[in-house]
Amino acid sequence: MLAAVITVCAAVAPLEIPANGWDRAKQAQHLLSRAAFGPSAADRARVEELSVGGWLAEQLEPGRDDALEERIAADFPTLKLSVTEALVQFPKPVKGEEMRNEERPRQLVVELTQAKLLRAVKSRRQLEEVLVDFWFNHFNVSAEKNKVRWLVSPYERDAIRPFVLGRFRDLLGATARHPAMLVYLDNWMSVRDGLEVKALRRAMGLNENYARELLELHTLGVDAGYTQADVRAAARALTGWSLELKKRDDAWGGFLYRPRAHDTAEKNVFGLELAAGGQQDDGERLLDYLALHPKTARHLCFKLAQKFVSDAPPAELVDALAAEYLRTGGDLRAVYVLLFGSRAFWADEAFAAKTKTPLELVVSSVRAVGDLTTVQPQLVKAIDAMGQPLYRASPPTGFSELAPAWVSAGALVSRINFGLKLGKNEVPGVQVPLASLPEGEPELVVDALALRLLGAPLTEASRQTVLSQRDPRVIVGLLMGSPEFQKQ
Amino acid sequence: MNRRTLLLGGTSLLFGATPSKKALVVVFLRGGVDGLAMVPPREAELERLRPSLFDAAPLKLDGSFDLHPSMSALLPLLEQKRLGVLHAVGQLKPSRSHFDAQDFLESGRAGEKGADGWLNRVLPALPKGAFTAVAVQNGVPYALQGAEAVVAFPALRDFRVAAGPAASFEQLYASAVDEALKVRGAEAFSGIEAAKGLAALEPKNGAAYPKGQLGRRLQDVVRLVHGDVGLKVAVTELGGFDTHLGQKLALGARLKEVAESLAAFATDLGERLSDVCVLTVTEFGRTARENGTRGTDHGTASAMFALGGAVKGGRVGGEWPGLKAAQLFEGRDLRVTLDVRSVLAEALTAHLEVSSESALPGVKPARVLFG
Repeated sequence: MLAAVITVCAAVAPLEIPANGWDRAKQAQHLLSRAAFGPSAADRARVEELSVGGWLAEQLEPGRDDALEERIAADFPTLKLSVTEALVQFPKPVKGEEMRNEERPRQLVVELTQAKLLRAVKSRRQLEEVLVDFWFNHFNVSAEKNKVRWLVSPYERDAIRPFVLGRFRDLLGATARHPAMLVYLDNWMSVRDGLEVKALRRAMGLNENYARELLELHTLGVDAGYTQADVRAAARALTGWSLELKKRDDAWGGFLYRPRAHDTAEKNVFGLELAAGGQQDDGERLLDYLALHPKTARHLCFKLAQKFVSDAPPAELVDALAAEYLRTGGDLRAVYVLLFGSRAFWADEAFAAKTKTPLELVVSSVRAVGDLTTVQPQLVKAIDAMGQPLYRASPPTGFSELAPAWVSAGALVSRINFGLKLGKNEVPGVQVPLASLPEGEPELVVDALALRLLGAPLTEASRQTVLSQRDPRVIVGLLMGSPEFQKQ
Repeated sequence: MNRRTLLLGGTSLLFGATPSKKALVVVFLRGGVDGLAMVPPREAELERLRPSLFDAAPLKLDGSFDLHPSMSALLPLLEQKRLGVLHAVGQLKPSRSHFDAQDFLESGRAGEKGADGWLNRVLPALPKGAFTAVAVQNGVPYALQGAEAVVAFPALRDFRVAAGPAASFEQLYASAVDEALKVRGAEAFSGIEAAKGLAALEPKNGAAYPKGQLGRRLQDVVRLVHGDVGLKVAVTELGGFDTHLGQKLALGARLKEVAESLAAFATDLGERLSDVCVLTVTEFGRTARENGTRGTDHGTASAMFALGGAVKGGRVGGEWPGLKAAQLFEGRDLRVTLDVRSVLAEALTAHLEVSSESALPGVKPARVLFG
């Protein structure tokens, strides 16, 4: 379909990929397992057409994907709502009053989750989807807390997605000002100590929550060496960053700076001097300082290397990425270019070294063997059951990137059962047409399927085990639930 | 040694007794529980420090402390002295980061992390079985991670695989290249076999679990106890205690869930409660002063509950440090007077009757739970 073809911008030249002796199929398998949500037939073909370096270049400067965006706009109308519109159009249910499910505020999160899965399976801008997932998790908010339910969809759309291929400072600034973050980490109510608030008939004061996580999780990292005094000073610099609370206002729920709430005394945050008399710019200068701090560079680059290379990434890689981050003033695209062109990314040790998160497992399964016709609640529930309730990670650390968090006896049972269901075509909304499976002798079918799903032949022991089953649907289920398919 | 003595372990070998049915249950309340709201001291200073959080009508616990009003379900257990409280308990090398403080507590090495968690290091001293160590939650928590086998699942009723392909899966995982997947696979399949039928066990003695995750998960722990599957260590968790804002409402609902879940757990266990000791732990307490938004920020010492076993309950143990400005840690938090690790060590030595040295190196067991 012509409309769905991506406009290729030529801004990024094909990346140079270090030679590592892998054949093209293995290179594509590795690349699409990390920079995409697993290999699909379409993306394999695209990599074949453009080469690995060309595919990466396209992903780093993706054009539009109009067909998908049109479908998402049609299927998930709440995704275009502003914060104010979401609050106005989805009022809190009144006790005792009948309300259809589609009118309830939770519908906002349901549609966001369904759109996320649709994009993860279908989007041609795969790297962007992987990065949106990564950076949302870095700047986690939970729909379960307070009013975040109304705010989380605009948050991903306006504060995360536009900046994942851009500058970190823009991501940091957008999340800091976004109502979802202001509510989730309480900064909207944090005011200078002793401020008398007439409406509440009492004095209010500082709340450290956002300031602490800003230093620990969003920027410097827990071991950077800042103190309790730095946390307090950072919180003071951000006092007054709040929300419009007037319901009749067109901007209800949007960002509002409250000068009266700001602590104007001088502050020192981890070496940054803020002179007395500052206003909203105190916070902006703090974000400037944190975004380009060497500790931030290391913290972010370590997390990126951990996400894309291995749970314990090589120190030289992290050093090189951090240096590039600082050299470019926090240009994330430059860091990705270095990362995906690095020897560490293409090393034998990195192949299939990561354990899939539940989201990655489910999406990569669907991309490998099926077609997603609609996103039904059962697909979301399957990811829940494996331990990853999307948009509902309650701690500010978000979901873990490390294997031990995802590999437990119970989680494996859920993964195995999902594979079996998928193979039997029993996951609503997902079609696994038997006609699409390879034909012929059982040995040939198993070998062809293993190559398609795992990118590598099965070990002889596993091959014999799989061959003991005759039903092709059970064979698909076994492969999807196999230990090999849990890795990427 | 024959198979029987191997299974029974050292103690039984010496005394020729039947294997111990003692089990330790650790409930991790994540987010940092406000101990001063859960078990408020009857001290004038408290109202001055937190005027809007102060509760004028708490439940009387003993002469010096009260109980949060939403925890009335615990009163009968306190009266029966099956439930006790320890106060001003915390970590000797504290951190106000959730992430660090949880890891330090779960590693069992004050202020340090490592490859394994304290509860996994207990397991070599315990008899081995499919359900020796269980986490009833998503994933194996750091406290239970390590070399020894553990099983984790969020619900017993979903812990099964269709019979036909199950054997094939078992073989696939037995030959897995990835070591972690191989080990976890073996744990899954031996657990599935041992768990058959347990998920259908109904509550006993008229126990009524509240709605919510903690009750459902504790009920699964009871099923494993009643099923006599060799449970020695169980872990579960509840989040939502990070009450920076509007604490009164949020904390009340959470504490009610804790209280009603523990009460139903005790009722359901009946006489078996003397075999099972439950401890609640949290990563840190919260600031003694309320913050500017009717909540509390990250602090240091908190309070914990101990239920069942031979716990000498009905009282608040520990040494009270006081809430006056000079008595607060760094001028803001309740001071730690009792090392949480020494309490955990006491549970290991006195309740499970194993050495605590490898789990909690260098820690002298306290004598506050059972003495």
